[in-house]
Amino acid sequence: MTELRFRTDEVLEQPAVTMDAFLDQSNATAVRLEPDDDARALIPHLGRIALIEVAFPKFRDGRGYSSARILREAGYTGELRAQGDVLVDQIAFMRRCGFDSFAPEASLNMADVDAALARFPLVYQPAADAGVPVWKLRHG
Amino acid sequence: MYKYDQYDQAIVDARVDEFRDQVKRRLAGEITEDQFKPLRLMNGLYLQLHAYMLRVAIPYGTMDSRQMRMLAHVARKYDRDYGHFTTRQNIQYNWIKLEECPDLLADLATVEMHAFQTSGNCIRNISSDQYAGAAADEVADPRPWAELLRQWSTLHPEFSFLPRKFKIAVIASDEDRAAMRLHDIGIQLKERGGVLGAAFYVGGGMGRTPMIAPLIRDWVPAEDLLSYSEACLRVYNRYGRRDNVYKARIKILVHELGAEEYTRQVEEEFVHVKALGIDPPVAELERISAFFTPPAFEAGLTEDVDRSDPDFAVWLDQNVKPHKQPGYAIVNISLKPIGGIPGDATSAQIDTMADLAERYSFDELRVTHAQNIVLPHVAKRDLYAVWQALNDAELANANLDLISDIIACPGMDYCSLANARSIPVAQKIAQRFADAERQRDIGELKLKISGCINACGHHHAGHIGILGVDKKGVENYQLTLGGSGAEDVSIGKITGPGFSEDGIVDAVEKAVEKYRELRTGDERFVDTYRRVGVDPFKEAIYG
Repeated sequence: MTELRFRTDEVLEQPAVTMDAFLDQSNATAVRLEPDDDARALIPHLGRIALIEVAFPKFRDGRGYSSARILREAGYTGELRAQGDVLVDQIAFMRRCGFDSFAPEASLNMADVDAALARFPLVYQPAADAGVPVWKLRHG
Repeated sequence: MYKYDQYDQAIVDARVDEFRDQVKRRLAGEITEDQFKPLRLMNGLYLQLHAYMLRVAIPYGTMDSRQMRMLAHVARKYDRDYGHFTTRQNIQYNWIKLEECPDLLADLATVEMHAFQTSGNCIRNISSDQYAGAAADEVADPRPWAELLRQWSTLHPEFSFLPRKFKIAVIASDEDRAAMRLHDIGIQLKERGGVLGAAFYVGGGMGRTPMIAPLIRDWVPAEDLLSYSEACLRVYNRYGRRDNVYKARIKILVHELGAEEYTRQVEEEFVHVKALGIDPPVAELERISAFFTPPAFEAGLTEDVDRSDPDFAVWLDQNVKPHKQPGYAIVNISLKPIGGIPGDATSAQIDTMADLAERYSFDELRVTHAQNIVLPHVAKRDLYAVWQALNDAELANANLDLISDIIACPGMDYCSLANARSIPVAQKIAQRFADAERQRDIGELKLKISGCINACGHHHAGHIGILGVDKKGVENYQLTLGGSGAEDVSIGKITGPGFSEDGIVDAVEKAVEKYRELRTGDERFVDTYRRVGVDPFKEAIYG
């Protein structure tokens, strides 16, 4: 269940299918990426996808961060959900990589989430969010 | 030296705030040790055998006296009055109390210091040449590039949960004083037609499976530095192995794919990443470079040094190196007293070194990967005064690059990963070779000791390397010969069966005496080894 969402559009009810099923099935609009799925295989189909769920079976497995950025860099604007072992201290990194909804296995303390998201207003590097890198603030 | 602006300071302050909050949650029992572990590791806080250990970052090993004094203050206030300088040019404190750690980090932040990413599977502290800005053979000061990489890698959202830790070194000379090709990424600055660029070596490392990084691109322009780095990291983050912690470093990926295929993938990713506009303008590198302009060297200083004090003359010949500026020299302070713990310094010694840097070295100090300290810019006329002060502080050990200048990890005396003790072996070897004249006769001999296969003591890169292992509950030490972390980089080879703690000291001595017998001309130990091969040494050790 999605616990945290940063979108105003309606939540999609259709269940996410696996990457293989999605590539075989032309009418699916929601797909679930496992860590070893190649996000780039979805790029030709982004126009018809409303939800991409990226699995984090273990918080230590950071492949999903690259998957998210690749999808956003390719122009994907639909919902990008992090699902699985998603911890409060990772949410800010995930937001920066383009995730806009979260379905953690263990419930999050929302006060901690708010504090974590507010903690680093400054960033050193551009990513998939609107964060303006410090070098741009320095040089205009 | 780089100085923080309000942005850098705000980020470090926010980090202190974050960690204070995390520690509070842990102490209140709101989070378990398991949940806390990844958080504390992001701040360099390890739980070791006896206590928490905190590793403080010293970016590219450069500090001013104010920062060095802070390290002494931390040793006094939060630890047992000493600190341990590491092979990553950082400092570790071994007896930290969790509840005091937030205050400790807050103290560090007042002097632009932190513990960002000194552990965890992320991009670690960027290392560099300890003679940067002073060496005659550099094409430029590598530190502005290292600082640019430091900022880019700090809290990088995509690369904070890599398959394994990731270490980057930046040098700017053909002589390699930073073990550049034993890093995950080794960068060597080059000059072409008055313009600087970077050669990228990727996939080096030590640990269980040592590898020398292959060259994957001989010229990355300054304006592509970060996007090219990002491409290297992204390929690794996506395809580096995560099924086996011992095969998770980038060296295994590069080895399994082959350097050519890894490079092809990086180049393909780079074309994509470059188009995203993530590189800062060249003005940012110029802004940073302005902090690293040469200090106000005096012209016309004397080149003469009075050598009439024989102890001083010995130190001068061994520990003082040529500087690019006439009238100046580079002073190496060895933290390897005979019988001491390699890399350890007391708060009083740290203060002394800070005072000397302020008075005699344009307020600059460096930490070396060999766990020593450098005063990079000392006028030759001041060398005797510096030596006297060092001598009074028991810091005038004249053994730079000699057999007693040993790199050693903390080993089983402190480290929860270790299988064997390193420190007592280092002490016994240093004592065996305590005779200074004998050491000088042996000449350059880099001896490195690790207390487990993770190779924090760089044993693979030792002319003589020692690896401590656990053999049915007993500490056992393997001997390797022929490694090097310098520009003649090589991986040492195991001689044969291992030894007991005393046996390894005897084996080292036999190998050294064999070298003395076989050497010709001014061959170093490693040169003789390479010429004659391992057999004569094996015979001497096991025969």
